[in-house]
Order: sequence, then structure tokens, then C-alpha cells
Amino acid sequence: MSHTPFIWAAYSIGAVVLLWCAVAPLAKRKSIATNIRRLIQIEERSRDSDS
Amino acid sequence: MNKNTEIKAKPRKNAVVMFIHKMGSPPWFYDFTGKFIPWFWLIFGALTVWGLYLGLVKAPADYLQGESFRIMYIHVPAAWMSMLIYSTMAVLGFIALVWRIRIVEILAMSSAPIGAAFTIVTLTAGSLWGRPTWGTYWVWDARLTSELVLLFLYLGVIGLYNSIDEPRKAARAACLLAIVGAVNLPIIHYSVKWWNTLHQGSSISLLGGSSIDTSMLWPLLIIAIATKFYYAANLLTRARVSLLEQDMRKAWVREVLKEKN
Repeated sequence: MSHTPFIWAAYSIGAVVLLWCAVAPLAKRKSIATNIRRLIQIEERSRDSDS
Repeated sequence: MNKNTEIKAKPRKNAVVMFIHKMGSPPWFYDFTGKFIPWFWLIFGALTVWGLYLGLVKAPADYLQGESFRIMYIHVPAAWMSMLIYSTMAVLGFIALVWRIRIVEILAMSSAPIGAAFTIVTLTAGSLWGRPTWGTYWVWDARLTSELVLLFLYLGVIGLYNSIDEPRKAARAACLLAIVGAVNLPIIHYSVKWWNTLHQGSSISLLGGSSIDTSMLWPLLIIAIATKFYYAANLLTRARVSLLEQDMRKAWVREVLKEKN
């Protein structure tokens, strides 16, 4: 039995899982930053209309 | 000088205590930890490349298991991390429950997805190692089952934290579950001694000698150290993102985003 496919599969799955785990918070940070910027714009607009 | 009017020098706080106090401040924590994250990723990358080169290219094949032993370089460090992260999460959970420190709650909760990822890697790599070695992908032996229970505990902590809207209440409930679940850690560790398992016993001991040749042991230790840096970098990244999310309406978050633009 060739062991190569098992080794490749183990490392590939490991790389995908750990890469996803590292990238996920960065994607979340981007969406949070967008939300906060939108919130600031809404607040500024409402402040302008009040004044 | 009158005893009552005597001016006493203000006692100076210990540097460590001062540091811990500063770490409790979200803007300070965000700024301070942000400086270390790129270095942690860099060290992780360098150690991983070095360790994998030694383990996959330089180390000789095992006399009994052949090439399949090379799965050890991902399976074993991941297994160690799955337990280490759970222990860290339980300790942080205890501190968070006793002293009610928000940053510690966030750190405990940010540990759970990283621990779950390492547990998934442990189980899949172990399963893929088991097929050529034992002739089966899975068997319900004590070590494998207790590691699977660890994954369920991580998923339970993540699920409980996300099911409650108020983040601090959610963290407290999830921290309690993390502490209770810590009972599984000695079961995982001693399962190969307490029960007759298909999974082999420990080949590496901190106190006794290791039964692995040094040419195979060094790459394992290098990758094991690399995974600690992965955890540190990922944990701090997640904690910073959680802080931004929770403090969305606070001035310091807006300052941070303005500086980035």
C-alpha cells in the first residue's frame, strides 16, 4: 500500500483548516470596519440634518 | 512633623501588576498586541518551513511504519495544541469568572475556534495515519473517543457563546462550560495507560527519555514550537476583532479606524 496519498491528504486538510482559521478573523474584521464606517456616515448625516 | 500630617510616599506598583492593569484597557490592549502579531506569524512561518523540511525531506523513513510516520509532524503537534488550548481556555475562563476581566473573557472565547481547528486536524490526520497503520480509519478506543469528545466540548463552548446576545453573559456561561469540560483533559492524556487502546502510548516524555530517534524528534519539536506562535498570532487577531465588534460605538474604535484610513 502506498502511503503517499494519506500523507498528502493529512497535510492538505491540515493546511486548509489552519489557513481558514487564520483568515476568518481577518474577513470578519473587514466587515466590522465597513459596518462601523457606515454607522459613522449615518450619524454624521443625521447630525447635519439636525443642524 | 506631626504624625497625622506626615506625607508618605505613594507605594510604587509592581511593573507586572501595572502591565496587567494596562492590558485590561481595550485601546491599550489593541495597540500593544497589534505590534506583535506580524512577528508571531513570521516566526511561525519560518519554524514551520524549517520543521517540515527536516521532517518530510531529511528524516529517514520509519523501519516499521515506513513513510506514513511523517503524518506525525502534523498529527502530534495538533494534538498537543488541542489540549494546551483547552487548558488555557479553562484557566482564562476561571480568571474571567472570578475577577470579571473583559479582555480575559474575550481571550478565552477567542481560543475556542482555534482549539476546535487543531482538534479537527488531530482527528483527520490521525484517521489518515490509522488506515495504513491499523487498517482502519476509525475505532472507538479511549484515546480517539476522548479526543472526539474534546471537539464536541469546543463546539459546545462556541455554540453557547454565540447563542446568547449579551456578550459578557454569553462569555460567563461558556467559561463555566469550558471549566467543567477540563475534566476530559486527564482522560485524554491517560487514556492510553488506563485502558487497552489501539492508539499507541506516548513516545516522548519530558522527564524520561524519548523512544524516537533525534533525527525524527527535532522536526517534531520545531513544529510544536511553531504551533504555539500560530496560536498566539491567531488568538490576538481574534481578540482584537472581538474588541472592535463589542466596542463598535466607542470613540477609541473610531479613532483606530480613522488612523487606518
